[in-house]
Amino acid sequence: MASKEIKLMAHLMRRAGFGASRGRLDELVEQGYDETVESMLSAIDRPTRITDNLIRRYHPEYSGMMGNQSPSGNWMYRMVSTDAPLREKVGLMWHGMFATGYSKLANGKVLHDQIRMFERHGMGSFKNLLMELSRDPAMIVWLDNSENHNGSVNENYGRELLELFSMGVGNYTEHDVKEAARAFTGWTIGNTEYMTLKSARDSVWPYGRLSFHFEYKEHDHDNGEKEFLGHKGNLNGEDIVDIICKQPATAAFLSRHMYSFFVADEPPVPEWPYKEPRDPEAIAALSKVYFDSDYNVEEMLRFLFKSEFFKSEQARYQRVKSPAELVAGVLRLTGEFDRPKVDMNPTNLQSTYMGQWLLNPPSVEGWHWGTEWIDSGALVERVNFASERLGNIESPGVQTLIDRILSDSNGGLNAEELVERALDELSVGDISDKTRSALVEFAEVQVNQSDSGNAGPEQVANVLKLVGATPEFQRA
Amino acid sequence: MVTAQHKPSLIVIQLSGGNDAMNTVVPYTNGIYHDSRKAIHLTEHNVIDLNGTLGLSPSMGPMKSLWDAGKLAIVQGVGYPQPNRSHFRSMDIWHTAESDHIANSGWLGRTIRELDPEAKNVITGINFGRGLPRALHAKGVPVASVGNLETYGLMPDIADRMTREMAVDVFARMYGPDDTRDAMLQAISETGMGAYLGADILRTAPAQYSSSIEYEGVPIAQSLRDISQVLLADVGTRVFYTQHAGYDTHAGELENHAKLWHELSTAVNDFIADLEEHGRGDHAVVMIFSEFGRRIRDNGSGTDHGSGGVAFVLGNPVKGGLYGEYPSLDPSEQLEGDMKFNNDFRGIYATVLDQWMGINPQEILNKNYEQFDMIRR
Repeated sequence: MASKEIKLMAHLMRRAGFGASRGRLDELVEQGYDETVESMLSAIDRPTRITDNLIRRYHPEYSGMMGNQSPSGNWMYRMVSTDAPLREKVGLMWHGMFATGYSKLANGKVLHDQIRMFERHGMGSFKNLLMELSRDPAMIVWLDNSENHNGSVNENYGRELLELFSMGVGNYTEHDVKEAARAFTGWTIGNTEYMTLKSARDSVWPYGRLSFHFEYKEHDHDNGEKEFLGHKGNLNGEDIVDIICKQPATAAFLSRHMYSFFVADEPPVPEWPYKEPRDPEAIAALSKVYFDSDYNVEEMLRFLFKSEFFKSEQARYQRVKSPAELVAGVLRLTGEFDRPKVDMNPTNLQSTYMGQWLLNPPSVEGWHWGTEWIDSGALVERVNFASERLGNIESPGVQTLIDRILSDSNGGLNAEELVERALDELSVGDISDKTRSALVEFAEVQVNQSDSGNAGPEQVANVLKLVGATPEFQRA
Repeated sequence: MVTAQHKPSLIVIQLSGGNDAMNTVVPYTNGIYHDSRKAIHLTEHNVIDLNGTLGLSPSMGPMKSLWDAGKLAIVQGVGYPQPNRSHFRSMDIWHTAESDHIANSGWLGRTIRELDPEAKNVITGINFGRGLPRALHAKGVPVASVGNLETYGLMPDIADRMTREMAVDVFARMYGPDDTRDAMLQAISETGMGAYLGADILRTAPAQYSSSIEYEGVPIAQSLRDISQVLLADVGTRVFYTQHAGYDTHAGELENHAKLWHELSTAVNDFIADLEEHGRGDHAVVMIFSEFGRRIRDNGSGTDHGSGGVAFVLGNPVKGGLYGEYPSLDPSEQLEGDMKFNNDFRGIYATVLDQWMGINPQEILNKNYEQFDMIRR
């Protein structure tokens, strides 16, 4: 049985990362909870530069430069191999919140660049992040700010900036939307003509190492007087972001996203105006840190991971794993991608089959999370993927799991012990009696079938497989 | 014609990559066609003539038999306003039936919801392929994705039959009803039970099936055989979806395009014959579409992305013939070097929904589109 400390550490690692092996959890408990939080917050992925070069030379299909699979395959490899998993988790949060997709852009490089931008700026100041986002070429094309001209306003970016990226619906007027859009006129793409020509001529290999780039065109900017959320003047995009960041609505909206992503699933955003948060006090406390720290995301995360509402039993297993989290978590355990390998892209497609095509969300609203991840087709994919990989005796990580389970046995595990150890190794706790008894029955048959009367590697693998197929494994 | 027991089904085949409409339904008497397609034109000597001015690609012989039987409708000049030449965006527009903004549900997902609002049957809609195309996606609508019907189901990687049966049995127990679970786990386990039941039903389809038709070994033929098996098993599936890929013929078009259409025409003809053999030809309509057509002028060995495509609707219930007009190839009538669309693709959706599936198309498409008189009543 795992101790209280192990269970808490496993919870932290499932949320701030993609889970951790039981062996790693022991080390982290030794290190201490607060220290682990600190090391997660400060970690930077050092070997990245080397693996980037390896990938670019030997696996250009997921270098991030080419078509639609390339940037998402690249990101999945990063999630699976990184020493700084929190950075990738935060990137996933921003990708969900600032959802930008290939379906419209038809350009992999520019999306790859956006995700790397989240990695660089995603844990700093939220204000800076919104500024980077407003200058991000993928976002500008995605939400038509390149069509937002002085005298001919396109409201798309102005609206979503308020509605989906910062304050949430109900906290501003239609007039504010128009004025925000005016303030962002002239924030555009510098090489549109070239890129349009390229994409009209080619389809498969159009982009090489080129990408859209941002340009501020002063002559196309509306320098007239504007009024936004009560502030008057010749406001530009920077002023809009500045005013947005000062709003309590922004603090609450961002805090609720963070709570939902790291603590417990909230309903999808469209329901927020009508449903109270699960824990309004937690949202208030996070909002306070937001203002006290000058909108610093890292400070908010530090507070969150050390808070009672995060550590509490009530928060355990209260999130449904997103497909990307599930795939990355399983692959980190199996150790299949300890270095760049050729089958990264087909493996990353598993996340698409489960309903999350990274870098191609269904719309700017992003994916609906929680139990909405799980429809019957997606569940079959999730179960089949996890059970196949976790039961594959050839994988180095699975061998380690089996060795650890068997080395504990002291002359043979009975069915209950075997199930207990498998659940523990895969960090699946809080399991219902129904699931447990079904697993134990399966394990009994496995143990009885083995020649020695004791579970061997194959039987352990079969039990790991079934743990990967449980309803409980779907949660984080 | 359609009995209560055999409700109308729709089979949608997506041609991925942008099918070259001009080399599919060829304006072989038009001088502009020959001038523009110096490298890859088809001539009066090899096209399969339809009406003295248009002919099918020579590889489409089996489709010609459907045409002769009056079961093949060809819709010309298909597209939508402000055509997009990106595969992804254009496919997305066809999937969501929304060309102005990014929509988040698919037209067939909405159709399945209309057919089975309480999601009582988890296999009202089935995709034959991996991963759900956006066309089939809609919130709360269960759709099975079947890669291969023979192996479809839970934990197909377990080689030992006894072990797999036991594993699937344990799965059913783990996902069975349990009041002590919290709301999240209950939702997950209910969905799991649906997946288990769907897989269990689909498992029986191949065993019940026998037919004199021998489908070819290529994926599109195998998918249509799988669809036939499920349709004939009468398990309540109304919407079937599959894809045939490879139509992005920038190079080597004559050879590649002919191969694709040979595969597809043969498979479709076999499929219709299979249904006929089982007395079920009156219960299914097949629709074939692609995200866009291709440039009028060739590029020396193939064609680049264009607009103005061609779609097909076929089956016993379909009134065969040409629908709409072939877009003019006159340079003054071209749209940036492409055929200009003159039929909104949503008119085909509306036709099929209203006249075949018995669904109010406005519920699905949010707007009225002009229909064709295409389905026998």
